[in-house]
Amino acid sequence: MSTESAATGPLAVSRPHRPGTRSRRVQRIVREVCFYLAVLIVILIALFPFYWILRTSLLSDQAVGQGVGGPNGIIPAHLTGSAYSEDFNQQGFLTPLINSAIVAGLTTLITIVVATLAGYALARMPIRGAGAILAFILVAGFFPVLAMVGPLFLVLRNLGFLDSIWPLIIVYLVYTLPIATYLLRNFFMQIPADLEEAALVDGATRLVALRRVVVPVAIPGVFTAGIIAFILAWNDFAFAVSFLETPSHFTAPLAIVNLGQSQFQVFYNRIDAAVVIITIPVALLVLFAQRRIVAGLTAGSFR
Amino acid sequence: MAPLRFIDVSKVYPNGVEAVSHLTLDVEDGEFVVLVGPSGCGKTTALRMVAGLEDVTDGEIEIGDRPVNDLTPRERDIAMVFQNYALYPHMTVAENIGFSLLMQKLPKGEVDAKVEDAARVLGLTEQLRRKPAQLSGGQRQRVAMGRAIVREPAAFLMDEPLSNLDAKLRVHMRAEVSRLQRRLGVATLYVTHDQVEAMTMGDRVAVMRTGKLQQYAPPKQLYDRPANLFVAAFIGSPAMNLYQATVDSEGRSIALGNQTLALPGELADEAVIGRYRGERVVVGIRPEALGDAALGGHASTSQRLQGTVDLVEELGAEKLVHFRIDAERLSTGDERLAGADDETGGELNTGEIGTAAASAGVARIASRSEIAAGQEAAFMVDTTSLHLFDPDEGASLRGEARQPHS
Repeated sequence: MSTESAATGPLAVSRPHRPGTRSRRVQRIVREVCFYLAVLIVILIALFPFYWILRTSLLSDQAVGQGVGGPNGIIPAHLTGSAYSEDFNQQGFLTPLINSAIVAGLTTLITIVVATLAGYALARMPIRGAGAILAFILVAGFFPVLAMVGPLFLVLRNLGFLDSIWPLIIVYLVYTLPIATYLLRNFFMQIPADLEEAALVDGATRLVALRRVVVPVAIPGVFTAGIIAFILAWNDFAFAVSFLETPSHFTAPLAIVNLGQSQFQVFYNRIDAAVVIITIPVALLVLFAQRRIVAGLTAGSFR
Repeated sequence: MAPLRFIDVSKVYPNGVEAVSHLTLDVEDGEFVVLVGPSGCGKTTALRMVAGLEDVTDGEIEIGDRPVNDLTPRERDIAMVFQNYALYPHMTVAENIGFSLLMQKLPKGEVDAKVEDAARVLGLTEQLRRKPAQLSGGQRQRVAMGRAIVREPAAFLMDEPLSNLDAKLRVHMRAEVSRLQRRLGVATLYVTHDQVEAMTMGDRVAVMRTGKLQQYAPPKQLYDRPANLFVAAFIGSPAMNLYQATVDSEGRSIALGNQTLALPGELADEAVIGRYRGERVVVGIRPEALGDAALGGHASTSQRLQGTVDLVEELGAEKLVHFRIDAERLSTGDERLAGADDETGGELNTGEIGTAAASAGVARIASRSEIAAGQEAAFMVDTTSLHLFDPDEGASLRGEARQPHS
């Protein structure tokens, strides 16, 4: 431990007497307490907004109207699931959730397949101008999203593709694909070529080698690319709000805005309930993928 | 039918580097051929061209009398063991070994049976359900072998398969790989930079240097009749002692500094020495061609060399005596030898003491000799096993360059 080595190191030399083991222990305990206290503060600050969302989502319409204070303090006296049932039963939040799931799911799937093929080609094939292609991909990936909204709106309008979730998938691919391709290309570069060469000699075609050997080994990268694509598509507001019109075609982030609106009151509890709901798939996805994204997956392959 | 044949094969990389230059070589049925040379000599490139992992720039490669230049790796019917094993980390040992059979779309039962057979041969039965990460280095090496042997291919290609094992295991696996290859009788092309591996394993050894084949012969012939200076210096540990020398005007003896060695009849022959009378040559003396004159034997002065002993290494069965004589020695820095001492790491080399001995000659002498460091000593020379080389081209004067047996 670093604290121990510091105490026996330069400190011990500078003092003529050996410091008592007791005072050293106290010193160490104080240091650790301070450290964990700092950690705790950071965690509290980071998690408080999430707590607040969860707390508010469990309040009744009435309690939200009363503002913070009294029985509706930081820890409210009465909790209820009414906002959730209101969202689903009265506000029809299920439809935008399904829309979002379709759009984000398909975007992720297409991103993974196309980016894997493109990333692999860029990593391994002798392509003329691969460097330029890569640079272009990188630039495309960092192109400001809002700058695309206007031109894309015109394109979709002229094609008659407005107010439908399907063209959204193509729009999302415009910015998930460059990032995912670049990421996967870098992942594939790290995989020793020997592995797929062994597969080729073993009788696999390039595509079979890619599917059965390279991709399984690069699975952390594939999952990372997939999560990025999913989150980008799932969280998008800018494109959805620009291209969708009919509430039944809305994606979840768009639908949330309408949930809490009424003439007299903003129902923060309903909004926050919806926020909790759309956070769950992302949280689950990350938790699930985290187990797959383990370092050193190639351990044992070599040497 | 030759399972494997290079016909005037060259490989030029896009950056203009010629990795392999006009290589012609064939591997007979069941033969174990070792490609050996210092790093960058083109041996691995040659192997990868056979596997189809590298394009052939010029010439033809044949596997089983079939030109394969334009075939993909999977169409070539070869199996390869990679230096780093390249095991599939996400598959079990059984899946690793069975992968090629799966690719051939063999029925599951047949795959399992063959995998089990291969595992039994290699002593991997217990490990079949494990992943490569759970195996020791030796076991991984076996799995890599298993992947190759399970297919019964036309030829095995092995790219330094033992170089990642520790010294002891390497010696063990060396014998095991040889045994396995004999048993299977499949033509094998084996790449290594270790001349000890080359000598001990190969039926024939092809010594390569800067893309060019130097000599292709059985190990014994390579050792006794090296075709040129490079092969002479590369094969053998400790390496052959090489000195600049001058042939006398009669062509009967050579002078090393101020000492003279008589040439044996074979070398004194007009056809060998004729055009070198009074000229400079390079003389090569194997360490075991030197003996301690004090131990007796009646060598005349023209079969002796006087030298100063620098260092004595006791090996038990024999001594390695490092000595200096008054003659100009060829060092590995010489461009005719360049790379010859590169990574030749045999077991003896690893024990050798470096710099002090670097410029000295080495004699392998009976352990009962009492030669000690600092002494002047007289060495008997077995002149019948002297080697003479052209000082410019490096070719052996015996003119036995490149005569592969057939």
